[in-house]
Amino acid sequence: MIRVVLPTHLRTLARITSEVELQLDGSPTLGAVLDALEAQYPMLHGTIRDHVTQQRRSFIRFFACGEDVSHEPADAPLPDAVALGTEPFRIVGAMAGG
Amino acid sequence: MNNVRVLVGTRKGAFILTSDAKRERWDISGPHFAGWEIYHLNGSPADPHRLYASQSSGWFGQVIQRSNDAGKTWEPVSNKFVYDGVPGTHQGYDGTQHPWEFKRVWRLEPSLTDPDTVYAGVEDAALFRSTDGGQTWQELPGLRGAKGHLWQPGGGGMCLHTIILDPSNPNRIFVAISAAGAFRTDDGGQTWRPINHGLKSPYELPDASAEVGHCVHNLAMHPSRPGVLFMQKHWDVMRTDDAGESWHEVSGNLPSDFGFPIAVHAHEPNTIYVVPIKSDSEHYPPEGKLRVYRSRTGGEEWEALTNGLPQSDCYVNVLRSALAIDTLDSCGVYFGTTGGQVYASADSGDSWAPIVRDLPAVLSVEVQTLR
Repeated sequence: MIRVVLPTHLRTLARITSEVELQLDGSPTLGAVLDALEAQYPMLHGTIRDHVTQQRRSFIRFFACGEDVSHEPADAPLPDAVALGTEPFRIVGAMAGG
Repeated sequence: MNNVRVLVGTRKGAFILTSDAKRERWDISGPHFAGWEIYHLNGSPADPHRLYASQSSGWFGQVIQRSNDAGKTWEPVSNKFVYDGVPGTHQGYDGTQHPWEFKRVWRLEPSLTDPDTVYAGVEDAALFRSTDGGQTWQELPGLRGAKGHLWQPGGGGMCLHTIILDPSNPNRIFVAISAAGAFRTDDGGQTWRPINHGLKSPYELPDASAEVGHCVHNLAMHPSRPGVLFMQKHWDVMRTDDAGESWHEVSGNLPSDFGFPIAVHAHEPNTIYVVPIKSDSEHYPPEGKLRVYRSRTGGEEWEALTNGLPQSDCYVNVLRSALAIDTLDSCGVYFGTTGGQVYASADSGDSWAPIVRDLPAVLSVEVQTLR
């Protein structure tokens, strides 16, 4: 079970108030987590990454075990602690805008 | 019993203001989608309970919301706006070619007859249509074929901000784009052509009378006279009497012919409204006086409407989608400002009062007259 923490605005959009729990088969990767998240919450399509190119939106960052994994490839495996659900996978809206 | 519902999009959410026909006491709901930019929300003429909202954010991009109960509840529908084929390039600010890239939806225009059919005007400029209530969107790519490679962004981006559906001819649609101009289709959106003859942009374009490239800010039409359109251009207020084949200037005695919105009275097709702004570099009213100008002669002769509006030290702007009218017997006129006020007049503009004073900057105002 993977735990995902979303930024406030995306929790509101997805109509959830806490962490998301996702069931993934095998060793989870960055791309697989996002695929599963969008499958479970279709309204999040396009808000984290581009519909067509799958490029991460500029002001979104991904964190796992305190490390910024935003620039990892989609098929990069996530740390064991995230895979086991002891640490959440965090999707963060960048501090920007002034 | 008649009621009025005013749909207000702001920088930080949507607000819905409702009143009876007297338009004196208002109920205010919101913010809906708090914290998000709401470029536009609009209701279906065929089903006034059906609303659409364009919700966007620099972080999370575009979301489209739909309501079936007049805004009490909302559901997100598709935000997938993919240009048809290889979208090609358009001019950038520096004159070089840039690839078309979707940024946001500026305008949602529901069909006059079908609540599930809705048009979306987007940045980078293109027109999309949904026939399933926003579940899927398809571009009408013929529009970008109308010399799209010569279009360029205006100060607010290269946006398709105005969509007018001709009530007398379901195959005819008018759109306006900054900075490309006005365009018309007569075959339901398959083919389009520029309708900018008569526009002059000597300070903005190398060829002042170019076929495309003009910074059209807004268009307005009265449904009883669909061949007559009024235009607020970057500079100049313009009029056409032949559905855009030719335009002539009707700025007349306005204190400034720069501005953003334009609207037509609900029952007097020759009565039009603009809000003059000092200049393209000073986006506030001339002399710090917030004045709506009304022409009862279809342009040229204008009178200032000031009763109830601030006449000193006022430096707000009124954006292109932030002026609207209702269709009650005594026509109501409404506009929102970048200072967060929404002003209403229940007597065609003779007198004004604020409905609300302290909203976030207002991006758009639409009005539904409910009978």
